[in-house]
Amino acid sequence: MACFLVPTTEAVVTSIITKVIESSEEKKGIVKSERTVRRFSEKMKWLNYMLWGGSGLLAFEHLWHGEISPFFPFLTAASSPESTAEMLHEMATSGVMMAVAVTLVWGIMVLVTNKLEKMSFAPSVKEVKGEAK
Amino acid sequence: MTLLISVVAAIVTTLVWYTNEKARKLNIGKLAFAFWGASLMWMVDAVVEYLEDGADYFVPSGADMINDAFLGICVVVLALAVWVVYFIIKDPDKVIYTTVKTDAQV
Repeated sequence: MACFLVPTTEAVVTSIITKVIESSEEKKGIVKSERTVRRFSEKMKWLNYMLWGGSGLLAFEHLWHGEISPFFPFLTAASSPESTAEMLHEMATSGVMMAVAVTLVWGIMVLVTNKLEKMSFAPSVKEVKGEAK
Repeated sequence: MTLLISVVAAIVTTLVWYTNEKARKLNIGKLAFAFWGASLMWMVDAVVEYLEDGADYFVPSGADMINDAFLGICVVVLALAVWVVYFIIKDPDKVIYTTVKTDAQV
């Protein structure tokens, strides 16, 4: 019905947050990263791509099923109070779960990446032994 | 079916991103993210439908399957079209810029 609106809203919010983080990183002088460590704003962009891409393709699916119309109120489910209530229920359940699932997967990705970045910066056994000598 | 096609598209684009440097330059990673995002969302949709319909979810009618498959293919084509337009605008290798410049000089 309109479940894609929840991830779309999250995409708008995270895009704004990414811009804010990006400008604060630039102010702090954190330059665009090399291969080893990524800026947090770069990691935020992964979430933005997933949310924008996903909700865009889902919007197309809703258009396909005739759930979006080119005229006001744009959502066919908003034409009657009963279907509006059903739509809001779907947004509160499916929509929220979609947003949470994408964010959760992104969170795991960030955790794994952070771990890998730390590992790539950790001195190797050879280096530690060399320093000891 | 739409979910299945979207997941296949996500896996293929991820493999291409991993193995092909040229594709990485053309921002195929963004396309892979879009497919993964859509796949996750349709996965949630599928779980909700399964909870409502039970095992009937796995026995769709022939017409529904064809319609969903057609939708899945259209979704992939749409995503590819958006990606092509995006990298043409970005023109990472300056191919279009060079071509236009050369044509203008001739």
